[in-house]
Amino acid sequence: MFPIPIQKRPLINRISYKILVPVSLFIWLIPLIGIMLTSIRGLGDITAGNYWGIPSEFLLFSNIKDVFQNTPMLSYIINSFKITIPTVIGAVAISCMTGFALASYKFKANLFIFFTFIAGNFVPFQILMIPVRDLTYQMGLYDTVTGLVLFHVAFQTGFCTLFMRNFIKALPNELFEAARIDGTSEFNIFLKIVVPLTRPAIAALSVLIFTFIWNDFFWATVLIQGQHAMPITAGLKSLNGQWVTVYHLLSAGSIIAAVPPVIMFFLMQKHFIAGLTLGASKG
Amino acid sequence: MGWFSTTPFLNVPDSTQITYKKSSWWKLNQQKLTPWIFLFPGLLLFLVYVIWPIFNSLYISLLQWDGLSPAIYVGLSNYIELLDDEYFYISLMNNLKWLILFMLAVPIGLGLAIFLNQTIFGIRLIKSLFFFPFVISQVVIGIIFSWFYNPRGVIGPFLDKLGLSNYAILADENFATYGIIFAGIYPQIAYCMILYLTGLNNLNTDQIEAGRMDGAKGFSLFKNIILPQLKPATFLAIVVTVIGSLRSFDMVAIMTQGGPYGSTNVLAYYMFETALSEYGYRMGYGSAIAAVLFTIMMFYILFFIYRMYQSEKKGL
Repeated sequence: MFPIPIQKRPLINRISYKILVPVSLFIWLIPLIGIMLTSIRGLGDITAGNYWGIPSEFLLFSNIKDVFQNTPMLSYIINSFKITIPTVIGAVAISCMTGFALASYKFKANLFIFFTFIAGNFVPFQILMIPVRDLTYQMGLYDTVTGLVLFHVAFQTGFCTLFMRNFIKALPNELFEAARIDGTSEFNIFLKIVVPLTRPAIAALSVLIFTFIWNDFFWATVLIQGQHAMPITAGLKSLNGQWVTVYHLLSAGSIIAAVPPVIMFFLMQKHFIAGLTLGASKG
Repeated sequence: MGWFSTTPFLNVPDSTQITYKKSSWWKLNQQKLTPWIFLFPGLLLFLVYVIWPIFNSLYISLLQWDGLSPAIYVGLSNYIELLDDEYFYISLMNNLKWLILFMLAVPIGLGLAIFLNQTIFGIRLIKSLFFFPFVISQVVIGIIFSWFYNPRGVIGPFLDKLGLSNYAILADENFATYGIIFAGIYPQIAYCMILYLTGLNNLNTDQIEAGRMDGAKGFSLFKNIILPQLKPATFLAIVVTVIGSLRSFDMVAIMTQGGPYGSTNVLAYYMFETALSEYGYRMGYGSAIAAVLFTIMMFYILFFIYRMYQSEKKGL
């Protein structure tokens, strides 16, 4: 263990550690606590400058109701789901296949294709922006959920392929060989052996991609214009412009926007972290 | 349809024989063809939406084009114009500030990870809460910090005490960028922390015990035994932090939109502004900015690929 377990330290260290941890957590979360406090306040507190004191009214639910009633928040959230879920399914399905192809077959272009996927995944969005926008426009998909999903699936394929390929590569090759000797076709090896074994990787990827896409702002700005297809990130930004002073409503909106990825994270924490830290330790 | 060409000698279309031929040809070539069949959808999408656009953008950067009227080929003149563009230099400098200050996320994340790598009651929840900012959208982080910095917002009472009443960092052209970077680094620290926590979790206990036996303690133990073992985590933390620092678009768009007076612009946002905003639709000029950003990023990408290539050759 590094550092030395606190249990082996003198009592005074143990006590101070137990005090220090919650205190530092509080300091760390001050910005988030600030916005949570704001979201339960009424306009009265905001104009009176009561930001840190006890809220004079508890208005969280009425603020949330306000947000839903006076803004297209509900349609933003639905759009976010409509964009995120198909992207997760598409990107994960496609990368299971590309990952399998790159992990278990030897052919000349293998490493080259693999590195192309990795390199593409790191490219700055701006270098893709104008051609992708044009292409989407020409396909008649500009300002539609489909157009955005198609791009997201394509782009995420880079990262997902890296992930799946490394996972499948780590599976024992003997399994595939044995199946081949038994006369199993390559497609059945994929369907009956690879897919079931990669289930943890599929879970990890799904939560990660869900969060990435839910939180995407740039592509929603570039490929979407109207409210009918706008996801919550872009929606919040447009509300941010309108509501310079109504911070309690904006805070409530922000919290609503953060809920789905946060739930996802807490439910699937193990997978989420396993996905993010892939390669952080030599296993 | 390819495999039907293997049956040119059959005059009579005997369906059973064709299927037999087909399957035997398939059996022979299955190993060779399967990877390409599996690669096809992913590769096609990736080529159309990622690889081709890169080259297309590089080409557009040689044009003068508003996106509607016919484009005019102007050679390198967009790049020459960049050399004289004050806002381009401001953006480039700001990118550099982002990059340098973002690097702080790596040691801070490491520090936090060491601090939290204990087993006390509730530590798992505490670690998750520390990680929290990374899960939330940058848009929300940006809104939170705009509110946080607002002199008539959350920070107001503290500013009053410091004698800085009504000081708005995001409106101060000398410091606004630092305000945004501070907000941007917040989730990045969480990411680095989680990378290091995973790294610390997988340390080789024997080596540490041996080191302790030899009397290594505190910093020398950390430097000589722990840090080398954390190398994969450090590498990954640096890679994701560099990329995070160059993808500063969201924060700038939410918090200042490049202002005041263009002082918080970064290449990513400046490109967007030139190509797609009310300031005009200068696709060619925007692409030239994107090409500069792409070139900078390419160094890191190649470095990363080189590292991966080395470990592929060694390991697998």
